[in-house]
Amino acid sequence: MQKTDNSRRDFLKSAALAGGGFMLSFNWFGKEVLAADSAVAATTAAGDFAPNAYLSISPDGIVSIFSPNPEVGQGIKTAFPIIVAEELDVDWANVKVLQAPLDTKKFERQVAGGSGSIPHSWQRLRKAGATARQMLIEAAAKKWNVSAAECKTEKGYVIHITSNKRLSYGELATDAAQITPPTDVKLKDIKDFKLIGSTVKNVDNKPILTGQPLFGIDFYREGMLFSMIQRPPAFGLKLKSFDATAAKAMPGIVDVVSFKNKVAVVGKSTWEVKKAKDVLKIEWEKEGNLESTDDHNKLFKELLDSPKAEVRRKEGNVEEAFKNAAKIIESEYQCPFLPHNPMEPMNFFAHVREDGVELVGPTQTPANAQGQTAKLLNIAPEKVTVELTRMGGGFGRRLGTDYVLEAVEVSNLVKAPVKVIWTREDDMTGGSYRPAVRYRFRAALDKQGNMIGYTLRGVGINAGNPTRENNFPSGAVPNLLIDSVDHKSPITTGPWRAPITNFLAFAEQSFLDEVASAAGKDAVQFRLELLEKAKTAPAGPVRYDIDRMKAVIELAAEKSGWNKKRKGVSLGFSVYFSHASYVAQVGEVVMKKGKPVLQKIYAAVDCGVVINQSGARNQIIGGIVDGMGHAMYGNLTFSEGKPNQSNFNTFRLIKMNEIPAVDVHFVDNGIDPTGLGEPALPPTGGSIANAIFKATGKRLKNQPFIEQEEKLLEGIS
Amino acid sequence: MAVYNLNINGKVYKTDVAPDTPLLWVLRDHLGLLGTKYGCGMAMCGACTVHINGEATRTCILPVSSVSAAKITTIEGLSEKGDHPVQTAWNEVDVPQCGYCQAGQIMTAAAFLKSNPKPTTEEIETAMSNNLCRCGTYHRIREAVQLAATKMKQ
Ligand code: FES
Ligand code: FES
Repeated sequence: MQKTDNSRRDFLKSAALAGGGFMLSFNWFGKEVLAADSAVAATTAAGDFAPNAYLSISPDGIVSIFSPNPEVGQGIKTAFPIIVAEELDVDWANVKVLQAPLDTKKFERQVAGGSGSIPHSWQRLRKAGATARQMLIEAAAKKWNVSAAECKTEKGYVIHITSNKRLSYGELATDAAQITPPTDVKLKDIKDFKLIGSTVKNVDNKPILTGQPLFGIDFYREGMLFSMIQRPPAFGLKLKSFDATAAKAMPGIVDVVSFKNKVAVVGKSTWEVKKAKDVLKIEWEKEGNLESTDDHNKLFKELLDSPKAEVRRKEGNVEEAFKNAAKIIESEYQCPFLPHNPMEPMNFFAHVREDGVELVGPTQTPANAQGQTAKLLNIAPEKVTVELTRMGGGFGRRLGTDYVLEAVEVSNLVKAPVKVIWTREDDMTGGSYRPAVRYRFRAALDKQGNMIGYTLRGVGINAGNPTRENNFPSGAVPNLLIDSVDHKSPITTGPWRAPITNFLAFAEQSFLDEVASAAGKDAVQFRLELLEKAKTAPAGPVRYDIDRMKAVIELAAEKSGWNKKRKGVSLGFSVYFSHASYVAQVGEVVMKKGKPVLQKIYAAVDCGVVINQSGARNQIIGGIVDGMGHAMYGNLTFSEGKPNQSNFNTFRLIKMNEIPAVDVHFVDNGIDPTGLGEPALPPTGGSIANAIFKATGKRLKNQPFIEQEEKLLEGIS
Repeated sequence: MAVYNLNINGKVYKTDVAPDTPLLWVLRDHLGLLGTKYGCGMAMCGACTVHINGEATRTCILPVSSVSAAKITTIEGLSEKGDHPVQTAWNEVDVPQCGYCQAGQIMTAAAFLKSNPKPTTEEIETAMSNNLCRCGTYHRIREAVQLAATKMKQ
């Protein structure tokens, strides 16, 4: 288990109490619960060897590795240090991992999003570890008066090979600090990796499993006030007036303030501000359209036929191809809005002082939090510090900074340190959703069943471009048109785990299944043929690696026994390239009492080098469960701009008794690693729907599936 | 406001709060016991689960006035060194992703295994299915409950 610094968390005063037991007189004053260890990471002591921003070694042998990127549950706080420790060649048991605070001078891209952290940092982290290792070797060589080439390292020791003399990294730390960092270091051969590719446990397991404060919501500070905010209850409304008399008279309430169409109650405890918020009297007025889901459904139909679409990719002559087609397949797919629903609702701490701003909390984009706070208050960004806490999930929601800026606004208005907390209802109705989208696909087949034409129109509500025009099957079809129409709405949207592809992949992979069966071809064979075309006769640019895609398709087919017929078993195929990783899936369905039961999902994954077996599998399985849960059940609808679901009683999340078995296989081709926070999710809806189609003949086209086929699907696994 | 001497994790905590304050917020805001989490506030997710007289109970809708005489155990008090079989099983299986729901999962599992030390997979699913995990760690939770059961037998 990793060492963690708990001294700052020992904040309880205890005193003996007559009559046995202890009386704990608890008092926040003069105390602070530090939710992140990032403040510790910002300091290094004299005598420490701190060759770069990623690590330091103290003379007592403690190796501290700093993880600069926000930890949102994707496992980066474990994966990053593994990479550094591998090249440093140190015993993992002696490594202490610390979250680094935002530091735009020391680090680049302190972001959790787009599955981009690993690809961005892979070489940097390896170099950081290897450079330090080289300096330690040189320090030892100097001491022994031998050449560095005669020395090797092993688990935190430098060893002189012939004499077998050894010095620990701790013993060498002070001397190593005097060595000039080499500019050109040799990285390990990936064959020699010991830690990378092994099974390493989450470095925060101990504090997580014992309930120590770690998350943004766990941050408490002396004199801190609590705030809850009433935001417009419907998209398209703005604040007209409010009466806070009753709220202000409630116990524990310090103030009620208003900014930007919001009313914030500020007080001494969460429960007191919650109760006061409930008695606010607020009048809202119309500012924009108050849209309902029914309106959107009608609108989608119009937009699908609109002549005013934006062309995203065009090749060959689509009209010709469809005119000459032997067969035309057309199909539409639709998905609803989705809230992110991280288990830890939005919250943030801000203290706006005369001399600067202190921010602490869960954010996927600390540099944006800093920059936008500076802009809001018209101060220099250097005046804003950001400490990163562990996040109780994000799924894209914490890429935004709205909830950070709210804390800044409230703190600025009441001139006190403030933590803003959202209730679940605030969180679910607060916007920034995965946009609702509808797609229309058309395919033209020639007499031999070749796809000679392909069109995709995506229409969405604040979806921007809901296509990924350069993804498969683009490049494999000679005549192709991909376009989109967007509707601007007051309902706010934003990136949601695997933006756009979280739904597009399902629609596309289901449609290709329809096309394959119309062409009388096997689903796997059909995809492989298309890839072959993209390789031998590419129609326009191909932005995915054909061989890597083929490899995951073949691996998934092999592991699932795609070509072996099993009685009563129906398999559905799906493959998707997103966020630089390739994932193919096979869903396995059997019929029980006339109902399809999803027994298993096989996943073949190419994310290059696997850094941590445990973390990687956790992400893939979690992504599949997430993809399945939202495809099956997730639905956020609107009535006149107001979300109809606001908590887990009306918004259904997947549960333990609803999950299939998941069987994960890696290609492991030694290619530089890519991220895994997102890529396993997109293919999931397709592998499930295609298997259900095989088993039942029912084609699932609209999410959530449960609403299209309630009788059929309740109790699917 | 009213004064309560709450029996939590074998110690007595004195607090002065409104009687309708949910135990969850007393623990978090007033007593500094932050392991118990807020997820929904309506007994739908299980993040706020503690043991009240040994029974897994959701604290987000539980007024403090109703537990003034109860024996309360929170995640911080489940074991002294963080080595309750459920906690060690959770670590061995490496369950957490974000980790936010896990205290509630662990408290639910610990109470369940006490009442049913040799559960079937189905019984585990029934007992655990109302604890939500947005990260989807259900496979590992199920495995960890099974592992904890074998640990407790020893
Ligand atoms: S917070 Fe209590 S059950 Fe969700
Ligand atoms: S681990 Fe993130 S909610 Fe369960």
